[in-house]
Amino acid sequence: MNSEPAKLENAPLAKPYELRPKALADGGQPGELLEISMGPQHPSTHGVFRMDVVLDGERVVKLKPVFGYLHRNHEKIGENTTYLGSMPYTDRLDYFCSLTSNWAYALAVEKLAGLQAPERAEYIRVITAELTRLQNHISLVGFLLQDMGASGTPLMYAFREREKILDLFESLTGARMMCNYMRFGGVRCDATADWISRVLTLVDNYPRFLDEYEALLTSNEIVVARTQGVGVLSKELAISAGITGPCLRASGVGYDVRKVDHYSIYDRFPFRVPVGEHGDCYDRYMLRILEARESVKILHQAVREIPGGDFIDPKVRAKGFKAKPGEAYGRIEAPKGELGFYLISTGGASPYRYRVRPPSLINLTVLEDMCLGHTVADAIAIFGSIDIVLGEVDR
Amino acid sequence: MLGTGILKGLAQTALNLVGTFRKPAERLVTVQYPEQKITLKENFRTIPFLVYDGDDPEKGLRCTACKICEKECPPQCILIEPLRDANGKLAKHPKVFDVDLAICMNCGICAEVCPFDSIKMDSVYEITADDRFAGLIHHKEQLSKSNEYYHSIKPTEATEVDGRLAEEQRKADESAKAKAAKAAAAAKAPAMKPAAAPTPESPAP
Repeated sequence: MNSEPAKLENAPLAKPYELRPKALADGGQPGELLEISMGPQHPSTHGVFRMDVVLDGERVVKLKPVFGYLHRNHEKIGENTTYLGSMPYTDRLDYFCSLTSNWAYALAVEKLAGLQAPERAEYIRVITAELTRLQNHISLVGFLLQDMGASGTPLMYAFREREKILDLFESLTGARMMCNYMRFGGVRCDATADWISRVLTLVDNYPRFLDEYEALLTSNEIVVARTQGVGVLSKELAISAGITGPCLRASGVGYDVRKVDHYSIYDRFPFRVPVGEHGDCYDRYMLRILEARESVKILHQAVREIPGGDFIDPKVRAKGFKAKPGEAYGRIEAPKGELGFYLISTGGASPYRYRVRPPSLINLTVLEDMCLGHTVADAIAIFGSIDIVLGEVDR
Repeated sequence: MLGTGILKGLAQTALNLVGTFRKPAERLVTVQYPEQKITLKENFRTIPFLVYDGDDPEKGLRCTACKICEKECPPQCILIEPLRDANGKLAKHPKVFDVDLAICMNCGICAEVCPFDSIKMDSVYEITADDRFAGLIHHKEQLSKSNEYYHSIKPTEATEVDGRLAEEQRKADESAKAKAAKAAAAAKAPAMKPAAAPTPESPAP
């Protein structure tokens, strides 16, 4: 028997590999670039994402975000199921903020079919969306701090408050995260007076929690040192790359779809749009806290003014829903940015074309520009401050 | 001064630590599952189940095998085969009603579109099986649950549904009665009808 291994004709030659690069003429070390793969990439983790980072020492010189591991054909499924059937799938886009994803889709279909939600439904939508914003922003800050190494306290505080909001969602919609609550021309079930009063209690206590959170973080020297001047996103780049949401506003552009598009009843709420100055991680953190404070104001007013009446347009039929031929783009200010749904109908029971404009994906495109020149540890902080959910990035 | 921010944060944590002992009922929220369980909210939904009236899960089943839920179910986890009698006529009753819990995403759309208030959302959450294929397919027998059970998990909703069904029944009875009365009247009338009512086409004299 021949024990020698078979030789392949075109087998690649072993690369000549040197442990230490040759010294330069002046005696200095040239160094080598190191390419590493960063990120949670085990298939069982909920957000699978990879950054191909090229490092010069500890500095990032090149970064390529690699995503698509969580792709599940959301848009194609949307073209093959009924209009109503896509609603629970939109929960799974941004699973942190299912109610705003629901709303954006409902808004697009309402534009397509020419429906108008009753007054009460609009108020319930605003209340649920702002509650979603509160819990998203606060947990994002928790996650950001967790990524930067503050394991525990900030995230626990955030989750303690988030739990109260999720409890409210559960008693209203039946599920903590996959709410599936908005319907075309309204919402699925009515909010009871008891629920509204519980929202009011929560909203009353929320500024105190935000103060507490700020006492913990805002002037903390470590947070300041890790975030100020890190990951600066210029105004021009933010605009030309199509960044929306808190990332854009932190760069100094006062653009909020709630103010620009006048959708729903946001005109009735005199809230302000906080705008950052430097566009660094600290501004992005601060902006979330300020936005949460504005949301509290909106919630106060909405809970006080909520009218009686129908919670859904009684003429709309859930089953066998058909939209007249045409196209529509519905967009809202989701906690992460502008979330839009573009639908084309040919008059059938399902849309002919169904396209999502996810804020997370588009905000992720400037990751490299923000990270270049920073250390690996800063890249993590920058990544955390963008606020992405992989369910929405990969769809 | 450098360090004041950290001290402020530490003071906040200390305050919270003390606060936990001052208000234990409000702050110590951990539930020792599975010895303790939290009371479920009434709207809480997990998997679908079929409601039956009375004592017989087979006869009292409200489901008429209309297949609307099967069609509307977004992940297509419901399988229905209608029961047919000897002549191949539909008996308005399901022969097979399976829900694949491995696929079901608990969205509640089946319960929403059911015109007979037959399919409703359950609140059981401890669903495990040895076999991940056949074990997670629940058949009609496992899915059928009594109206009393429905009342026990969702009292408000069940009462509302009962009221609506009773109203529908009353209306159906009334219209049936009216129809019967009309039919009886019509049976008597034809003898004199042609003479009494002239056809609209015929010109008036």
